[in-house]
Amino acid sequence: MSFSTGEIWGIIVLLGIGTFLIRFSFLGLIGDRELPPFALKLLRYTPVAVIPGLVAPLVIWPEATGGAPDPARLIAAAVTLLAGVRTRSFMVAILAGAVTFYLLSALG
Amino acid sequence: MPSSIPKRSFWLGARDGAPFTLIVGPFAAVFGVVASEAGLTLAQTFGFSALVIAGAAQIAAVQLMVDAAPMVVVVATALAVNLRMAMYSASLAPHLGAAPLWQRAIIAYLNVDQSFALASAKYEAAPEWPVPDKIAYFFGIMVPISITWYGMTVLGAVLGQRIPDWLALDFAVPIAFLAVIAPALKTLAHVAAAFTSVVLALALGGMPFGTGLLVAGFVAMCVGAAVETAMERRA
Repeated sequence: MSFSTGEIWGIIVLLGIGTFLIRFSFLGLIGDRELPPFALKLLRYTPVAVIPGLVAPLVIWPEATGGAPDPARLIAAAVTLLAGVRTRSFMVAILAGAVTFYLLSALG
Repeated sequence: MPSSIPKRSFWLGARDGAPFTLIVGPFAAVFGVVASEAGLTLAQTFGFSALVIAGAAQIAAVQLMVDAAPMVVVVATALAVNLRMAMYSASLAPHLGAAPLWQRAIIAYLNVDQSFALASAKYEAAPEWPVPDKIAYFFGIMVPISITWYGMTVLGAVLGQRIPDWLALDFAVPIAFLAVIAPALKTLAHVAAAFTSVVLALALGGMPFGTGLLVAGFVAMCVGAAVETAMERRA
């Protein structure tokens, strides 16, 4: 971790305040005015717009292998995704991915 | 707990919230493990879960800290993950807007995916419920969920320091994120947004200070909304 203790706490506090303000926005400050429909649409996609982009490099160029693509990680990621899409369950998806990864790593 | 809080609605919320501990618990533990692997202290790890209460954003922040992204980028990206909560806030406002400010502030702090999903479904089904009951129900939901969230974060952080290296815990981050996102890929628009995000994040990986991900996220968000609009026109 290249951050100092103060910087780490700074990130935690800023993220806490920022997240609170996002959650408080309409409830607390803006009142019950309606959001424009296009804004609602944009907001609906924030998690699926940010998280896949964060995950992709971690799966394709994992630091643990020095950035070389690793079949066990790629296949386990695909299994997690498929299991999650099929079952709509966080638990099933994460277990399926972990089991696949350890099995393939043990065989590998 | 003030006496003005209707007890029945409170306990109804607690009962409805209880099953969600099965989702929240493991996710909190994963965050605890990831944070301690990244080198955060127990206090810092708990601080994240206590002040932010948003697992995906917390894991995103820790991952970017490991990647040594600048502070501004760490905070901005993690906040981008949480922007959906503005939508939660907006859709709760007509139901809870009449509550006292301090209650709305606590609701805002506790407004997470699970409590929003449960409460908004309940309020839609029973719009005639008095505001104090709606507030009590929301607080009730978050009692089992928040206790599990804090507790399992600590457990994950403590266990994380004892997990041997061969378990390759670096892989916990992508697996946890994929498990969160996969069930959310409900429509073509969601899939299009996710695909755009992956392609652009990989293509823009070389942009300075991790800003590529922010650009990718913004474009992907627009793609999702545009595809949704196109699908509506066609329907």
